Amino acid sequence: MTNRTDILRSDTSDPFAGERLKVSYFHDREKVLNLRDAWSSWNGFKFADYYYDVDYEYFCIRNTCGTYDICPMQKYLIEGDDALRMLNRLVTRDLNKLRDNRVTYVAWCTDSGRLIDDGTVFRLEENRYLLTCGSPCLAWLRKSAFGFTNVEVTDATEDWAALSLQGPTSFAVLQRMGLDGVAGLKPFDIGHFPFLGGTLMVSRTGFTGDLGYELWIDPELALPFWDALYDAGADFGIQPYGESATNMARLEAGFIMPYMEFNEALKTVNFEYDQTPFELDLGWLVDFKKPHFNGRAALLEQKLNGPEVVLTKLNIEGNKPAEESILYSDKKCSREIGYVTSAMWSPAVKANIALAMIDTAALKGEIWAEIYYQRELRHHHKVARCTIQSKPFWSPERARLTPPGLL
Amino acid sequence: MVGQDTIIIGGGHNGLVCAILLARAGQRVTLLEAGPTLGGMAAEREFYPGFKAALAQTLYAMPRSLIRELDLATHGLAFGTEPLPLRPLSLSGTPPSINAESLSGAADDDAEAYSKYVTMLKKFAAALAPFWERTMPRVGATGLSDLMTFGKLGLKLRLLGKDDMLEFFRVATLPMRDLLDEHFSDDGLKAALCWDALVGSQLAPRSPNQAVFTLLNRMAGKDAGQHVIPKDGMPGLVRALERAAVQAGVTIRTDCTVKTVQIAGDESGQHCTGVELESGEALLSDRVVSSADPQTTFLKLIGAQHLEIEFTNRIRRLRNRGYVARIHLALSGLPAFQGLDSPQGRLIIAPTMDSIEFAWDAAKYEELPASPVMEVLVPSLQEPSLAPEGQHVLVANVMYVPYDLKSGWTPDSRAELLSTVLRELERYAPGIQELVLASELLTPQDLAAQYRVTNGHWHHCEPAIDQLLMMRPTYEAAQYATPISGLYLCGAGCHPAGDVSGNPGRNAAKEILA
Repeated sequence: MTNRTDILRSDTSDPFAGERLKVSYFHDREKVLNLRDAWSSWNGFKFADYYYDVDYEYFCIRNTCGTYDICPMQKYLIEGDDALRMLNRLVTRDLNKLRDNRVTYVAWCTDSGRLIDDGTVFRLEENRYLLTCGSPCLAWLRKSAFGFTNVEVTDATEDWAALSLQGPTSFAVLQRMGLDGVAGLKPFDIGHFPFLGGTLMVSRTGFTGDLGYELWIDPELALPFWDALYDAGADFGIQPYGESATNMARLEAGFIMPYMEFNEALKTVNFEYDQTPFELDLGWLVDFKKPHFNGRAALLEQKLNGPEVVLTKLNIEGNKPAEESILYSDKKCSREIGYVTSAMWSPAVKANIALAMIDTAALKGEIWAEIYYQRELRHHHKVARCTIQSKPFWSPERARLTPPGLL
Repeated sequence: MVGQDTIIIGGGHNGLVCAILLARAGQRVTLLEAGPTLGGMAAEREFYPGFKAALAQTLYAMPRSLIRELDLATHGLAFGTEPLPLRPLSLSGTPPSINAESLSGAADDDAEAYSKYVTMLKKFAAALAPFWERTMPRVGATGLSDLMTFGKLGLKLRLLGKDDMLEFFRVATLPMRDLLDEHFSDDGLKAALCWDALVGSQLAPRSPNQAVFTLLNRMAGKDAGQHVIPKDGMPGLVRALERAAVQAGVTIRTDCTVKTVQIAGDESGQHCTGVELESGEALLSDRVVSSADPQTTFLKLIGAQHLEIEFTNRIRRLRNRGYVARIHLALSGLPAFQGLDSPQGRLIIAPTMDSIEFAWDAAKYEELPASPVMEVLVPSLQEPSLAPEGQHVLVANVMYVPYDLKSGWTPDSRAELLSTVLRELERYAPGIQELVLASELLTPQDLAAQYRVTNGHWHHCEPAIDQLLMMRPTYEAAQYATPISGLYLCGAGCHPAGDVSGNPGRNAAKEILA
């Protein structure tokens, strides 16, 4: 059996081996498909910004399907008799209701209710949970586990090879692979399927707001699995996509991104430059029926007083993305009321959309964005009217249907 | 039916003080003590048939105002004898004698310096005294009463006059060594004058930032920090507190170990509902006040699952290693110390400040000091009931003895420590070993086990600038209330820290009644 570290750091004769980015279990396939060599990094892994073309990959997510490598995503196993109690104190949601083979979206906060990170909790079985998140969180999880006698926290990031398969044909691809039971998986369900003597775990989860799955397999089987998936997907427009297309899709779905919508609390230096769930419009994640969870008292106070700012979805007139725009309550831009955190022209919605942090008090009035843009090096600016949108920009019926339709 | 308004955990002096004040204010109070007797570290133990001693053998830090407020004199507390002088022992000549006013038997220049030195310290101690008897402001609080607390301190210090105020700011954080080197020339004298700034702490003469504060805190008590033995010893104090408590209507139960503080949770959050005893008995109360040390209270009685994560980790990392061992000797006669007619007073065996520092150096690295330094007392001289007629009890606070010994605490290492201490005593009191009928050694681990105090720290957690004032034991629990509704602290782990001062118990009661 190959040592996993060897897979990740293949060339040990390299004098800079320890300095170089690690590579994913799927790297041997991805490097062939990364025609533009557009690599950046995520959690110390070499990671594609895009493979061929950002827009092409985005349209694959929305019209066919694509795979996004989630090997670098942080994965923690929380096990033991106290696992549920430990997790329930950690996150703001009530996990008592989470059944076996179900996933839920969670957030966790500091004592003062500032968001550390968001992620998903998989209930693999009783007393065995998988927590996933974007950034390393082991130190905080260890702190959170202190005082519980029977709970073990393990960094399992490199124990799985994982791909996110997203888009309207994703279900068809898995059917083609012969995973018959996938049809019955409801959103946030987990299923297990035999694959080459191992087990493929399939969760109906993702970060695009569309029909999609996350696929989890033993690293030993990563490349055969990739090949089987891409064989099955050949007729369904399967294409790897990178960080840039993900960022477009998640914005349309209204999902928050670290260092865009929120600054992780444990890495925030300036006082209250981090955010609370209420400020991020994630109040629905905070369950005050639970007698205790970390940050409860602070969050209750904020709930009663109302947050001073709140993350808001905006439709903006025109077609110029309002990236990094400052928002005003009047067209003359005399009173600032907030700023845009993410913005794009949405091809799927055909609208100029944005997420913005806005003073709660200003939400009832007019909202104007001052947009800077350039055309062949000439710089321009305009002031565009914004309207608040309450529902996600993109939320197709197919994302919720069970069984999903075959496109 | 809820049987009481308040349950107090722990029948040490702070628990008793808090119980008396709450009961007098009309609350129905039940006090639970795990041991068979009240008094905590001030409780008397018979360590050999007919020979008795208490860990806290003398009274020095309790403010007169508290003794009056509790009417302890009415309940039998009396002080029959003069304060105990401090005697720096030496192997030749007569040791000087130090009290709160003067120094006798030393060189003229040191005697003159002492008078100036002690006058200065008394002034500073008086300026700080009100601070120990108040709840500290919350970090970041801007309310009027919070600001007033600081305002009052500022004013007190300003009223010292400009020169004294500036001198206060200069010396407040000095290591004892620097302060004493400035004033005195005699090595033995300097070592003895260090003692009360260091004992019970993780501090040696060269340690900066805290020792002077500790000294000033202790000097804020009765008799400017001089030690007295109450009539009937410390049990005399404990009995007076017990009588006051009973008269106030406190229900006292001994041999009642609390297993957990019960927390109920619903949509309105968490709150205390009482305690469960080791026996399985449940006692209901919406308010529980714990005089146990903060780690015991939060990590054992409450449990992390009810607490915030960062808060829990601050409690976990509290610095609370004890470094004082206690030795009790049953003596068949009065020992003869070099140069003393009678071993009256607190005898300091520490020839130089370096000898203290070196003992600390060994303990820092979890080793036994080659030459331990110690404070020796023969309390049976003042209180003959502690030993059979004609016989005596000798007690010694031995520094520095680590909680964890690198070689482990074994019968051998215990015997080694005891024989080192006896050998050292023999040098200063030739023939004393022949008087020893029995001995008892209490290492910090023994203190932890027998007095139910984490890591055997005299003050529950180290009184140092990182764990003092509004940081004691940590912010969010520094005003006696805790993050859990209905749960309060009243022990030495609270402001203003340990010693038998009663201030934490009194401040907590005031806070609960406010």
